[in-house]
Amino acid sequence: MEQIPRLRRGFRFQWEPVQNSHVLLYPEGMVKLNDSAGAILAEVDGARSVQLIIASLEQKYPEAGPLAADVEAFLAEAIRQHWIEWL
Amino acid sequence: MNELADKVGPPLWLLAELTYRCPLQCPYCSNPIDYASQKSELNTEQWLDVLRQGRAMGAAQLGFSGGEPLVRQDLPELIAGARELGYYTNLITSGLGLTADKVDTFAQAGLDHIQVSFQASDPELNNAVAGSRKAFDQKLAMARAVKAAGYPMVLNFVIHRHNIHQMNDILALCENLDADYVELATCQYYGWAFKNREGLMPSKSQLVKAEQEVNQYRADLMDRDQPMKVIFVTPDYYEERPKGCMNGWGSLFLTVAPDGTALPCHSARLLPIDFPNVQRQPLNDIWYHSPGFNHYRGDSWMPEPCRSCDEKGKDFGGCRCQAYLLTGNADNADPVCSKSPHHDRILAARTAADHATAGLEDLTYRNAHNSRLLYRG
Ligand code: SF4
Repeated sequence: MEQIPRLRRGFRFQWEPVQNSHVLLYPEGMVKLNDSAGAILAEVDGARSVQLIIASLEQKYPEAGPLAADVEAFLAEAIRQHWIEWL
Repeated sequence: MNELADKVGPPLWLLAELTYRCPLQCPYCSNPIDYASQKSELNTEQWLDVLRQGRAMGAAQLGFSGGEPLVRQDLPELIAGARELGYYTNLITSGLGLTADKVDTFAQAGLDHIQVSFQASDPELNNAVAGSRKAFDQKLAMARAVKAAGYPMVLNFVIHRHNIHQMNDILALCENLDADYVELATCQYYGWAFKNREGLMPSKSQLVKAEQEVNQYRADLMDRDQPMKVIFVTPDYYEERPKGCMNGWGSLFLTVAPDGTALPCHSARLLPIDFPNVQRQPLNDIWYHSPGFNHYRGDSWMPEPCRSCDEKGKDFGGCRCQAYLLTGNADNADPVCSKSPHHDRILAARTAADHATAGLEDLTYRNAHNSRLLYRG
């Protein structure tokens, strides 16, 4: 929870109006992200810890209830895919 | 046509083939056989305009390729323009003509990634295939410079019967150079590679062995928690069903050739279809409304056996270029398909690969002399 995630070098996260979604761009590839993945990655700035990211999301989306499990599961998957790394 | 245009998604990938000029002579080059007679190139302002139009339509991935894109002196300007528009910018290069200074200049301009192509894992074979004595050392130096500058790096190897035994050495070299991705792309037989197919196509047993080696190496990487990703594109000539070429004609990919001709893939120029040019028509019109791009959209153009086949939504009848090259009619099912009445041509190529004896010296290398010799337009 104290760990700080950041995008790996070569990965770029941005909003694509035409696709109406966030995408993750990397060498010769692109993943279209669903709303929750987009919301989580938008918080990954290489400065804030997982704990702060969860708190920030819970504040932004109070109707969603506790988010720790979802956020941690997504970040674990993102690590497995080598999209992000721990600082 | 309007009904069709409603269902067409945006061109998310744009490939800018900046030039056909190239210092190397790879005998499997995907450029047209008659490239030497096509000298005209869009200027800087025209390219920037294409990039702006593409981005407005939703293109997010941009490849600068060629030929060798480094021969364009305006490359830093094009990179900067593309990056500012929000593209993820990929430079696809042989490494020849690259310097450590240029690697840095491109980084400052906002280049996201560099792909360097190699021909083999050792200098002798590499340089023989590339038709250049200094190619290998230069490529090594540039791969190191690319990593030193902090880019993610893809190393690309075109695989054929003369280097397919090198899988372990190739992957070890890539790991040693700290590549992030390795593309082992078995030759696809268009352009120069089609001319040289007999001399390039691996035999089935060569292929099986190579696949085992690659899978073993992948497992090793996983055990060592090494993030290097290995992509092995196996040749469709050994399949019974064709690839869903380009994810469907005019569905995601848009290529612009050096002279501004817009194409649904980089080989499509060989088809007897009149493709539009960005110098005469807005890109949006080209993509959604031109006869060239609408030619093979949907499935109403399909003859049998595809027409009544329940797999047509999956593979779109395969590759139009392959159908054209092997059957003389681009409407036909891709002969890779075992349901195609022309599948015997694929079987014949497999048999030929089992008995091929041609050496590297028997291949037709991609150069201006051979281009003029083969094509008298
Ligand atoms: S018949 Fe046509 S659509 Fe059916 S599998 Fe073969 S190529 Fe694909």
